[in-house]
Amino acid sequence: MARAVTRNRKIVNTALAWGIGLLIFFPILWTILTSFKTEAQAISDPPVFLAFDWTLENYGIVLERSNYMRFLWNSVIIAGGSTVLGIIVAVPAAWSMAFVPSRRTKDILLWMLSTKMLPAVGVLYPIYLIFIRLGILDSRTGLVIVLMLMNLPIIVWMLYTYFREIPGEILEAARMDGASLKNEIVHVLMPMAVPGIASTLLLNFILAWNEAFWTLNLTAANAAPLTAFIASYSSPEGLFFAKLSAASTMAIAPILILGWFSQKQLVSGLTFGAVK
Amino acid sequence: MSFRKASFAATAMTLVTAGGALAETLTIATVNNGDMIRMQGLTQDFTDRTGHTVEWVTLEENVLRQRVTTDIAAKGGSFDIMTIGMYETPIWAANGWLVPLDDLSAEYDADDILPAMANGLSHEGTLYAAPFYGESSMLMYRTDLMEKAGLEMPKAPTWQFVKEAAAAMTDRDNDINGICLRGKAGWGEGGAFITAMSNSFGARWFDEDWNAQFDTQAWADTLNFYVDMMTESGPAGYATNGFNENLSLFQQGKCGMWIDATVAASFVTNPNESTVADKVGFALAPDNGLGKRSNWLWAWALAIPAGTQKEAAAKEFIEWATSKSYIELVAAKEGWANVPPGTRTSLYENPEYQSVPFAQMTLDSILSADPKNPTVDPVPYVGIQFAAIPEFAGIATEVSQEFSAVYAGQQTVEEALAKAQALTNDAMEAAGYR
Repeated sequence: MARAVTRNRKIVNTALAWGIGLLIFFPILWTILTSFKTEAQAISDPPVFLAFDWTLENYGIVLERSNYMRFLWNSVIIAGGSTVLGIIVAVPAAWSMAFVPSRRTKDILLWMLSTKMLPAVGVLYPIYLIFIRLGILDSRTGLVIVLMLMNLPIIVWMLYTYFREIPGEILEAARMDGASLKNEIVHVLMPMAVPGIASTLLLNFILAWNEAFWTLNLTAANAAPLTAFIASYSSPEGLFFAKLSAASTMAIAPILILGWFSQKQLVSGLTFGAVK
Repeated sequence: MSFRKASFAATAMTLVTAGGALAETLTIATVNNGDMIRMQGLTQDFTDRTGHTVEWVTLEENVLRQRVTTDIAAKGGSFDIMTIGMYETPIWAANGWLVPLDDLSAEYDADDILPAMANGLSHEGTLYAAPFYGESSMLMYRTDLMEKAGLEMPKAPTWQFVKEAAAAMTDRDNDINGICLRGKAGWGEGGAFITAMSNSFGARWFDEDWNAQFDTQAWADTLNFYVDMMTESGPAGYATNGFNENLSLFQQGKCGMWIDATVAASFVTNPNESTVADKVGFALAPDNGLGKRSNWLWAWALAIPAGTQKEAAAKEFIEWATSKSYIELVAAKEGWANVPPGTRTSLYENPEYQSVPFAQMTLDSILSADPKNPTVDPVPYVGIQFAAIPEFAGIATEVSQEFSAVYAGQQTVEEALAKAQALTNDAMEAAGYR
């Protein structure tokens, strides 16, 4: 009896998980399908799901109109650079908060998180002026810095949570064996925290890849990443949904593939320490 | 003289005579619409003529506005040419943010620009942005449904006729709505439509002392008429419909009438996109017999931000993109129906363009719009579907949100007008107008 209940529950849970998964994935699936339709089919009512004349015309137009590879390269540099820089800054910060906390550590952590609560547009103008003064407007360097700063609270928080799961005694033993601070972090702490660091890297890479406020407002022709590429196909006066969908599919494809292949690490990192 | 010496001398002479006219790379911010995309495809012609190359930054309209406003206000220098509209041009020119276009060549023939467009893009009589394409609004209708209803559309209909025709054309069983209009919140979406409509009802945004006028009978009449007509004959969920949603409905044969931008005419008559392409007629936007019609006036124009290092090359580009020869280039490559409309008098005198079905109605609509005298009673502002003051975009977005809440059935017309009156007066007081 208990076995039957368990099996039934498993079937229900599996069906529910698939249902929720498909619901979440449906907008992406619809975007991909629309990218293969004509503009007329894209807005047809009732909408067509699979029974339409599949065409690659939209991809051809998008590739002819835009320099996709330049946008892609900018996205890779900006997302990758800001994530790596963020990890370099955040690992020592999270180490000190996890292993040598002071009375104010929790306050500092909360303060860091509170900076994420400010609407980005509130600091747009000051940051814009700073960028002009420093000569880094419309540069990948500028965006790497600003996205690193924007995501730093999340990186520090995530690493802090993972580091807290590592027994301090191990680091202490390394110190007693004569390890320097650098060696302690690089050769003892980081190997033990690899799943956590990997998932932090991946999550922040995805966040930086998808970031659309700063990447649109601080770029023009040189450093514009794929978010600007998508924005160039959106229009309130004219129906270009099929082309917009093709551009969107091309923009999300690399990150979708990366997420697909690294989902194991991502999930194990995100659930690291969740169950004791 | 040996061949080597001769070629060296020729090269030196070329460099000397070129003196300063070096090839530049221009960065141009523009909006994503059919005409602008077509221009991007023809940029090679400009490069061939001048040697200058172009980097395009194409953005969605609202993103573009935010982006270029931030850049010009902060003197960021990200762009050598910006695509802006009739709302921004006089405000930015007054702030000294734009380079005056008062020295364009004789060949360019600036006097050929339609006066309504030139006026809307000038400040104190000087042109600050050259119109690339211009539009007004007009009524597009289904000739077959009109005939079926036993009615005939006059060239210049009244609102009362439109309301009656909408009711007669509505066929809920077959999913046909008598009329489709913008209801989406946003100063450039539903806000633009209702403001233009209110002009024909004798309403205005401000009196001559900048006091809000939403507590007048004219505004109550406008909003009540709109809501009654749309409830009776409009599509479900019209509170969230903008240009694209209505275009989609019309192209699928689900609207009897649609009043919107003249640029829509080329979409609804395109057989590749529209199922009703051969059944569309055009008329002027309606009026109420008060001397003002409900059509607006808009232009996307090219302007040069003050302080750019490439002013000369930028002017060359603007002359090329907004010239008569550019129009001829588009006509030769893509046909007369695809040339950017609404900017030059000579275009409408061209017999080949006169054969385009919506050409004359577009011109008539543009000519009947007067941004300097937009309302029945006098106003202190310029602009038909907007008031050209910096505060307007913010205020009108909030007001249109209140109106959209009425369309969605969340509040009454009286409540929305009372809120609009209060918030507009508060904002104008804070800005120092009152």
